[in-house]
Amino acid sequence: MAKIGVFICHCGENVAAKIDCTQLTAAIGEHPGVAVSVEYKYFCSDPGQESVKKAIREHGLTGVVVAACSPRMHEATFRNACAEAGLNPYLCEIANIREHCSWVHTDKDMATIKALEITRSLVEKVKRNNELRPIEVPVTRRALVIGGGIAGIQAALDIANAGHEVVLVEREASLGGHMAQLSETFPTLDCSQCIMTPRMVEAARHPKIRLLTYAEIERVEGYIGNFKVKVRMKSRSVDMKKCTGCGDCMLKCPVKKISSEFDCGLGKRAAIYTPFAQSVPNIPVIDKKRCTYFKNGKCQICSKSCPINAIDFTIEDEFLDIEIGAIVVATGFQIQNTAMYGEYGYGKYADVITGLQFERLASASGPTSGKILRPSDNSEPQTVVFIQCAGSRDPSKGVRYCSKICCMYTAKHAMLYAHKVHGGKTHIFYMDIRAGGKGYDEFTRRAIEEDEASYVRGRVSKVWQENGRLMVRGVDTLLGRPVEVAADMVVLATAIIAQPDAKEFAKTVGIGYDEYGFYNEAHLKLRPVESSTAGIYLAGCCQSPKDIPDSVAQASATASKVLALFSKEQLEREPVVASNNEATCAGCWGCVLACPYGAIEQKDILDRSGRLIKRVASVNPGLCQGCGTCVTFCRSNSIDLAGFTERQIFAEVMGL
Amino acid sequence: MSEPFEPKIVAFVCTYCTYAGADLAGTSRLKYAPNVRIVRLPCTGRISPMFILKALQKGADGVLVSGCHPGDCHFTHGNYHARRRWTVFRALLEFTGIPLERVKFSWISAAEGVKFAEFINTITEDIRKQGPFDQYKQLIRDTESPATL
Repeated sequence: MAKIGVFICHCGENVAAKIDCTQLTAAIGEHPGVAVSVEYKYFCSDPGQESVKKAIREHGLTGVVVAACSPRMHEATFRNACAEAGLNPYLCEIANIREHCSWVHTDKDMATIKALEITRSLVEKVKRNNELRPIEVPVTRRALVIGGGIAGIQAALDIANAGHEVVLVEREASLGGHMAQLSETFPTLDCSQCIMTPRMVEAARHPKIRLLTYAEIERVEGYIGNFKVKVRMKSRSVDMKKCTGCGDCMLKCPVKKISSEFDCGLGKRAAIYTPFAQSVPNIPVIDKKRCTYFKNGKCQICSKSCPINAIDFTIEDEFLDIEIGAIVVATGFQIQNTAMYGEYGYGKYADVITGLQFERLASASGPTSGKILRPSDNSEPQTVVFIQCAGSRDPSKGVRYCSKICCMYTAKHAMLYAHKVHGGKTHIFYMDIRAGGKGYDEFTRRAIEEDEASYVRGRVSKVWQENGRLMVRGVDTLLGRPVEVAADMVVLATAIIAQPDAKEFAKTVGIGYDEYGFYNEAHLKLRPVESSTAGIYLAGCCQSPKDIPDSVAQASATASKVLALFSKEQLEREPVVASNNEATCAGCWGCVLACPYGAIEQKDILDRSGRLIKRVASVNPGLCQGCGTCVTFCRSNSIDLAGFTERQIFAEVMGL
Repeated sequence: MSEPFEPKIVAFVCTYCTYAGADLAGTSRLKYAPNVRIVRLPCTGRISPMFILKALQKGADGVLVSGCHPGDCHFTHGNYHARRRWTVFRALLEFTGIPLERVKFSWISAAEGVKFAEFINTITEDIRKQGPFDQYKQLIRDTESPATL
């Protein structure tokens, strides 16, 4: 027999002013199954909670309804109080008579009737509540970091330095990502290589980090604390254990004129190559599409030149299955191809380049050893025009959003150019200068005041070639007149966009993405580094365009989330999960289709001799997030959701 | 009739969006018609057509189903299931002779306290105009208390 306690809170005057609490207390006290019905000024206060606990003990209550504010406010408070009094916390429900009643209605009689019906309906529900216990899930204390750019490296180092194992997977042949391509970084102008390469080496040498380069994620299964990840180790055709990184093979390779991806097409590489001189690991890979041996079975010069026989053309892709507890996705970005702006002439004129190509020109380790030279004739440009927002903030041809870093790097480019080419002139066409960040506005001011960057507020309408120079026509909206500049080089601040396979990859990992392919955080403000899937976190530009400080900060934040998860051996989860009645399940798999989390699997029921009797659905409580979509799908009424069972909800409706 | 008809409307809402939106209407002290009773569920995906039928059978004059906007579902796509289910369910409602206008469907986010209050007022007026839904009321009264036989 149910013994329900109903506790009606006045919330000072908040409830009592619009609801006749005494009448409500008396009326609900008459309801079948209600053993105690009391009112009080503030049940959330210490004496209020004590009185609830006392009533639970004295009357041996089997359920509690607190009619008060929203459950989003104090459900946890009263559930804890119940637990302290020895009542299972899931036998406590909150009737929301403040936000949903007293605060929004003016007629006291009507509000009192409504409050009674709300409370009664929850009394009916709570009669059918079951004792629930938090689900304990074991945690594999090993993290997977996907992406070996600055964000991935930072996350991996932070987790590893706390003493946990990390598997760091990078799909290119070397760690480094985009940051390794940069020349000097704003706002301090320290050389990117100088600050990046030591971190790459640290990550590679860290005893807790297992580095898998030239590797890709094939499959992710499982759930928070218990992921199973399949990694494809792409074949390098070079034995990583033998290779010393001497580089002889790269020098001997006869196919040398392949445009280097790392140098954005401004440099050349061989068919056997490391992406750049400081690659970590410093072990080459063979580009099978370009290698003469792989194309027509002849050559093998690299193999013959290798003093230690490290080259092995027979090595195949390998697959690794790794158990993982938490995943950090730090897969980065790419820059948008600006060919859609025919008027800018990118791809048509060799001296119209992207900001990233300018980085390679300005980098001491780049194709020009840090000299700013025109790609067309290797001459030093005397006038450079920079075009900002060449893709960003342009809904018609580019992307709607701001790529965030271009204002800063364009100012930096103008500075680097002024430092390297004395007497050179820079013109920057811009829409706004967005320089929010520590030391950022000072930096752009310095570009203007000390390095004489000439900012022109307006858009460029056309770039064309005339007498070996690039003519740039634009408008100066501040002076209200058209401008024409004869330049030797034009640099486009291209938009940051998601990786080309970002959406596909999101589906492999099981996370959400936005219209642009950037990965969705669980909450933009309050949970910015968590994905919508428990146990998977986001760092760096795969979530949205950001600069190095932001990427590093976000990466460290993911590490702190991972470490919190790894701080316990068992993970406690809310027991609001679905479960299936295997006796009635017909195996139609409607629930499997409905589940957004892949939490429902097929399970074989065998007899003693091992023969299959039937196949039923089985809910994995570790994966289930408790939405209940499967319950509604189930036509045999076999699946139910703890805390929101069919019985409970029907009773709730009947109580209204 | 001297007294205006006060309809009873049962609302099935998800806890992440519409329930929170109703909370916001409360914390903003917006005033709206006192005719709605809210049943809180984790997600609109949990809302079974049976709940709607049960509410109408129990004596509700109207039913509201509301959750997160498309694309905003906390559970990634429970609301899409709810939307599709609703499209299918309309046919059944029509078949059973229950006017479709008795069942309302809406997306109200946690930030839309004003929309919640306004929507409740609109549907309350609409249901009031339609009058009491008594298709089952007499039947239930007759069958629920055998003592009257």
